Amino acid sequence: MTAAGYSVLGVTAVFVVTLAVGAYGWRFSRTTSDFFVASRTVRPGLNASAIGGEYLSAASFLGVAGLVLAFGTEMLWYPVGWTAGYLVLLVLVAAPLRRSGAYTLPDFAESRLESRGVRRLSALLVVAIGWLYLMPQFQGAGLALASTTGTGPWLGGVLVATVVLVNVLFGGMRSITFVQAFQYWLKLTALLFPLLFMAAIWLGDGAVSPASVEVGDVVGSGDSWVSPLAGAEHEVYTTYSIIIATFLGTMGLPHVVVRFYTNPDGAAARRTTLFVLALLGLFYLLPPVYGGLGRLYAPDLVADGRAESVVLELPARMVGGTAGDLLSALTTAGAFAAFLSTSSGLTVAVAGVISQDVMGHRFGGVRAFQAGAVVAVLVPLGLAVLTEGVGVAQAVGLAFAFAASTLCPLLVLGIWWRRLTDVGAIAGMLIGGGCAGGSVLATLLGVGPEGWAGALLAQPAAWTVPLAFLTMVGASLATPRRVPRHAARTMVRLHTPESVQLDRGAPPR
Amino acid sequence: MSESSPRRVRVTSPRTSAARAQRVPAAREIDAQTRLGEVYMSSLLRSQLRLALLALATLAVFVGGIPLVFWLFPDLSAVEVLAVPLPWFLLAFAVYPFLLLVGWLYVRAAERNERAFTDVLDRT
Repeated sequence: MTAAGYSVLGVTAVFVVTLAVGAYGWRFSRTTSDFFVASRTVRPGLNASAIGGEYLSAASFLGVAGLVLAFGTEMLWYPVGWTAGYLVLLVLVAAPLRRSGAYTLPDFAESRLESRGVRRLSALLVVAIGWLYLMPQFQGAGLALASTTGTGPWLGGVLVATVVLVNVLFGGMRSITFVQAFQYWLKLTALLFPLLFMAAIWLGDGAVSPASVEVGDVVGSGDSWVSPLAGAEHEVYTTYSIIIATFLGTMGLPHVVVRFYTNPDGAAARRTTLFVLALLGLFYLLPPVYGGLGRLYAPDLVADGRAESVVLELPARMVGGTAGDLLSALTTAGAFAAFLSTSSGLTVAVAGVISQDVMGHRFGGVRAFQAGAVVAVLVPLGLAVLTEGVGVAQAVGLAFAFAASTLCPLLVLGIWWRRLTDVGAIAGMLIGGGCAGGSVLATLLGVGPEGWAGALLAQPAAWTVPLAFLTMVGASLATPRRVPRHAARTMVRLHTPESVQLDRGAPPR
Repeated sequence: MSESSPRRVRVTSPRTSAARAQRVPAAREIDAQTRLGEVYMSSLLRSQLRLALLALATLAVFVGGIPLVFWLFPDLSAVEVLAVPLPWFLLAFAVYPFLLLVGWLYVRAAERNERAFTDVLDRT
């Protein structure tokens, strides 16, 4: 059997097992609550594996190793930021968000600020961020399948979208939870197992340090490969901007936030998040090693501009023979697990919002959710097939900066600051989102200026996030009479432990 | 959901009320949004917020400080720990146990704050 044959076999196995594990969950999915939040009965261990499985996307599985290979140590800020983002989430958001009792982020916004306007705007942002994040998943799937089996670049995306849609349509969140928990462990195994073989070969070759070799490129040679500062110019600003976008953007991602409603209570939400921190830390030890070894054994990938496929190709190159082909098939299968799980989580989150805020009037409950899921998948799939060229890591980075400048201030101030008003929230989200979205769009279209202004536009989070926070606070202070009538009662609901008998006001719907 | 079910109504004989001591539980102070109830709530909120800011400050200093330190002292990049360059050692390995430790300490302290709040409400 050929190398491509093994890969096709591995990918097919992932699809089949995903559908089978999902089918196991279909049996339990009956009520609307099952579909939206798995009836809020998922225990921390299972839930944490599911969150880990959902969160580790193509950008983590393929992108990190590729970026480290091409650009060096500075790119380690991405996995560090994606993990630290969970710490920030744990500290500021986890328990209160669960205690809010809301299904989706717009539910939270409406019940906290008692305003339909905030609800509509946050629903719009959730769908926008979700699509922005789904599109690169489908694109990545196409590229990965094309590079290992030589099919057309659109086939991988269509396959992933189909499997996701089948699982979400039949089982909703209940079924997805099982699938994602399984996929976390699959992804970990798929990276760890080949690495054991490759580490043995590397030690056998004399354990040469990846930093000591010169790869014939401008950006990543010698000293600059080891430096933890990003880029050649304005390096301190760019590095801190990446840090702010990833540390604060995590809590604004729709598929991350929706997971907190599946916990039984606030304390469980905290413990789940702690568990997730451990699982993410464990996983992120692995991809950088692929990047480092790739520098020694596959440096030509950088010159070819195919650094992102280092995880897929490195095992076959280093181990060789049938064993190497099998190990490469394993990492390819892991990559598809990454595409599937992240797309599933995003689809559930976006479908929940679409069905409640757009279709809720015409269909009821489960039917609306299923119709929402179809829309949630088809639009970004269409975008992914139509547009090409925006890199996976670039689009994901855009989503983080955008989320950090819009939904992060809404959540943080909504939870911790009683005097937030609906006018303040809307003004902050519009200004933060407008500036972050506009500047990244300018960079992507290539109309950004040079020098300092260019650096500010390429990584906008360091100025758009403080701007969004300041606008929200300023506009709220200027409209003190619009402080929600039940703000004090809502604060009781968000912050008091469930064991205390208190009047917490009416939970959202 | 249990919150939406009608409140249980206690039916008692009027004679028993005279014998019982008059005291207002803290939970009812919070429900009625009295000054005292506000004090209970804001003390919980403040202790949790202070804890959260402490955790974030730890993160900002020890992880957020890394780029600054390497920018001020670029020679540190050449230092090796266990045959690995220092920046690589910090960002690829050491940072994850540190994040987990901060998270673990935070969860413990946050649950302790909540227990203290519950105890105060039970005692009154």
